[in-house]
Amino acid sequence: MKRILVLAVAAAVAAAALLSGATAAAQGVQPRPGDRLFDLTLPVPGERADRNYLGLSGWGKTFRMADIKANLVLIEILSMYCPFCQKEAPVVNRLHEAIEKDPAAGGKIKIIGVGAGNSSYEVEVFRKKYGVPFPVFPDPDYDIHKKCGEVRTPFFIAVRLNPDGTQSVTHARLGAFGEVPAFLETLKKAAGL
Amino acid sequence: MTKTAALIILVLAFALGTSALAQTHSEAYKDNLFSTGELKPVDSVLKVKVGDRAPDFTLPSIAGQMVALGHYRGKKNVVLSFVPAAWTPVCSDQWPGYNIVKDLFDASDAILLGITVDNIPTLYAWTNQMGHLWFPVLSDFYPHGKVAEAYGVLRSDGTAERALFVIDKKGGIRWIDVHDINKRPPLESLVRELEKLK
Repeated sequence: MKRILVLAVAAAVAAAALLSGATAAAQGVQPRPGDRLFDLTLPVPGERADRNYLGLSGWGKTFRMADIKANLVLIEILSMYCPFCQKEAPVVNRLHEAIEKDPAAGGKIKIIGVGAGNSSYEVEVFRKKYGVPFPVFPDPDYDIHKKCGEVRTPFFIAVRLNPDGTQSVTHARLGAFGEVPAFLETLKKAAGL
Repeated sequence: MTKTAALIILVLAFALGTSALAQTHSEAYKDNLFSTGELKPVDSVLKVKVGDRAPDFTLPSIAGQMVALGHYRGKKNVVLSFVPAAWTPVCSDQWPGYNIVKDLFDASDAILLGITVDNIPTLYAWTNQMGHLWFPVLSDFYPHGKVAEAYGVLRSDGTAERALFVIDKKGGIRWIDVHDINKRPPLESLVRELEKLK
């Protein structure tokens, strides 16, 4: 009886460990066009300019993708420590500027960054260094990074916000997205603009 | 019962061993990083402590010069950043972060010296993927890990710890962080110590 009890406890611990490992390793897979986006909850930014950009209202501490006022959101998974993210930062800034200046896309396509493994401090260092005009959220424990399949950085995920409150991935890409005008057109098309 | 115990240990070891190690890989390195898996967090015993005079050394840099710690005495505060090995995940995403905060080092009149136990050609190829680094990268390859050993951060497998030492202009050690090798030290910890030097 004692042996059965010991085995049962060991099996339970093993199952829990396996489950935890599976959650950490394969909680998410790399997003692909056509997928529904993984559940993404983020802290409401402290800066008013960021809240205004995202169109967030209310007093909550967190928000979800559906709360962003936009047709489409481009998520950049980045890291302050990633050389390619550093190199790509001015290009993403130019995309942001092009979106804001575009009569159809302005206010309808938004960009957010997620600093995988980065603390709030590190994310702010990145924003300040490159003058990043859109919100970048810390992901110090890699929670979001795990949900999107532990992608390499930078990784771009374009997400269409559907009227029913769901989100569909329209575009997923590792590395530089190329020329800004062409990519903006791709995003506008995906956003139905 | 022995067989049962062995089975339990085997199952537990397998289950725990599958736990994933959280880290990012920059696309800068493509598929060229070697996955080390989770390592023993610290595998050495420090030979220096805060308040000690930092052991002097002279090491070759990837720029082709010999760099001596003593050269900075009386002129610059020094941060030593030992990282375990080139072409491994966490190390590859540590120095590129320091590379964009030269202003924070300058503000504290500090220089950064990056050190690994890899040889110069390996370090050269690896750091080329990081862009142009503003700080010297030094090779503690031969005699193998001599400087790491002097500081007590040479691991039993011949790699170095992921360790930071802040040394003031008088050559005194002001701060030591022998970090869990599997994790990157948060930048703010180092910056906090740099600010104390002002």
